[in-house]
Amino acid sequence: MKKSIASLLLGTALAVTSAGAAFAQDKTVKIGALSDQSGLYADLGGPGSTLAAQMAVEDSGLAAKGWKIDIISGDHQNKPDIGTAIARQWFDVDKVDIIVDVPNSGVALAVNNVVKEKNGVYINSGAATSDLTNAQCSPNTVHWTYDTYMLAHTTGQALVKAGGDSWFFLTADYAFGAALERDTTAVITANGGKVVGGVKHPLNTPDFSSFLLQAQASKAKIIGLANAGGDTTNTIKQAAEFGIVKGGQKLAALLLFLTDIKAIGLETAQGLNFTETFYWDMNDQTRAFSKRFASKMKNSAPPTMVQAGVYAGVRHYLKALDALGGNPHDGIKVVEKMKSMPTEDDLFGKGEIEPNGRTIHNAYLFEVKKPAESKGPWDFYKLIGTVPGDQAFTPLSESKCALLKK
Amino acid sequence: MQALYAQLLVGLINGSFYALLSLGLAVIFGMLNIINFAHGALYMMGAFVAYFLLNLGGVNYWWALLLAPIIVGIFGMILERTMLQWLTGLDHLYGLLLTFGIALIVQGVFQNYFGSSGLPYAIPDQLKGGMNLGFMFLPVYRGWVVIFSLVVCLATWFLIEKTRLGAYLRAATENPTLVRAFGINVPRMITLTYGLGVGLAALAGVLSAPINQVRPLMGADLIIVVFAVVVIGGMGSIMGSIITGFALGVIEGLTKYFYPEASNTVVFVLMVVVLLVKPTGLTGRAA
Repeated sequence: MKKSIASLLLGTALAVTSAGAAFAQDKTVKIGALSDQSGLYADLGGPGSTLAAQMAVEDSGLAAKGWKIDIISGDHQNKPDIGTAIARQWFDVDKVDIIVDVPNSGVALAVNNVVKEKNGVYINSGAATSDLTNAQCSPNTVHWTYDTYMLAHTTGQALVKAGGDSWFFLTADYAFGAALERDTTAVITANGGKVVGGVKHPLNTPDFSSFLLQAQASKAKIIGLANAGGDTTNTIKQAAEFGIVKGGQKLAALLLFLTDIKAIGLETAQGLNFTETFYWDMNDQTRAFSKRFASKMKNSAPPTMVQAGVYAGVRHYLKALDALGGNPHDGIKVVEKMKSMPTEDDLFGKGEIEPNGRTIHNAYLFEVKKPAESKGPWDFYKLIGTVPGDQAFTPLSESKCALLKK
Repeated sequence: MQALYAQLLVGLINGSFYALLSLGLAVIFGMLNIINFAHGALYMMGAFVAYFLLNLGGVNYWWALLLAPIIVGIFGMILERTMLQWLTGLDHLYGLLLTFGIALIVQGVFQNYFGSSGLPYAIPDQLKGGMNLGFMFLPVYRGWVVIFSLVVCLATWFLIEKTRLGAYLRAATENPTLVRAFGINVPRMITLTYGLGVGLAALAGVLSAPINQVRPLMGADLIIVVFAVVVIGGMGSIMGSIITGFALGVIEGLTKYFYPEASNTVVFVLMVVVLLVKPTGLTGRAA
């Protein structure tokens, strides 16, 4: 009898201590990198984004403080149904705390709802739609890197102001293309220009000649490319073939990534103007990071801005967890903490996360170098201007986010 | 109206690729009874071989047009000898699954090393520039693609339907035992035929390298449409697949003009209609 009472007491004591530990300092985190792992966006996100998340975990130094952080990755294949199915499984079965990356606006918006429902954390770097922090904003979501509003108000605005007052759009026929066309059209009309026509093409179109002929016939001064990845590279390459630029029309590649320039080749891409928020060759810190990153990539590619955004986002997330002293497994609480801390990292510099979830940092206007100016295999960009974050991204006064009306 | 002419011509260009690819598929299916799902991957290999020849060996486009089909064709013949030949006489499904698996492996290997966004391949100097046709600006290279693939398609048709070698081939598919009794090496002929079909795919790959990106998934994106073309034309029919290839290119081009959103589904809608009305395809005979 005595023995059993003693063991009962011991058991209770153990249970109390372990329960206390779980509550106060659960230091386990599971990160899910959800991306297009093999399709047209795989090079700008994909395996490189998973690597970026891994590097963020290593660089955070949390392992030395007793944290146990796991990363898993998934392939959404650019299909919203597959993306949400993976997200649900990750939250329900694998107990994932945070989903990162998610290029493809269609998938990104669908996953946004799942993360909100499951009260997880969502740091989106790959998708462009400004709806993530506008009409469809969520207390669980942080949108890093870039969005369609920013692209429209940098590249788009610069072109209209330089005299490009009539536009024809080639638009990818899904959420992203629609958002980019909408945001750019707003800028064009606000600056006195007009849109004379447009074509909506299916995602992943190999041949653009039909659409380019229509754009050519429209006589618009600017042909706006509201598409991305392989679609954009094919359009630019084939536009050169059909003599569009030589004929006096100008291409506005509203969204271009480093990997796209590589695919087009400098010979064809030279002179294009576009906007990014990160380039590997900006300063010593970005070069050092990119060198480490490239050494771990199969094709030795430096990071794209999407992959850089995954790194910076995960770093900031882990900083917030560290400040909380443990993982509360409560998405809203962690995101609130993230918003309360200014962002600072080697890749994007200083910034902040606004109440609607939008990360604010500088945007840079670049021009693609001529082949003769390029000194290395990835030396592609010339910096021609810097737009401060508060001018590049949606002002809170214009945002329709419900989180702002408290 | 002018715009319409331009769209018709652009449609013909895309049709050339459909025709070349579906022709190879038709040859392989007609002679070997194999549904070659690896066709897209072999097309992609053709483009990559051209890229390597240029960038590693300094071999120009014109030689690549000859060498790439031979190199990829040899690869195809090795596949046939080591794997496909064991499937003779089995259900179609086995060949389909095997070639589909091969396609996934080949694409995976290329994607692992070259990523998904592709590599640039410049248009050869002799074919740069364009002509103003009045109703459109036609890049010289596109004109070259139409003419060259038309010639290749007709030559292949002639080889199989009108020559003695073609007659042996067709006889060998009808009754291999009897043809062997005449002293003809039927297995070798089958291997060569597969090599020919594969070579056609690789040739299409080289032709498309300067237009599209040289990327691992270039074939996977195209092969589904090409299968629809073959089904519409009638499985195994040589002329049927050539004509349907060009015709569907034109129909797709017109759709891109009148209702662009449907341009990647129109071929499949047609396929459904044809299958409902004439299940053997437009020019096919009952199996």
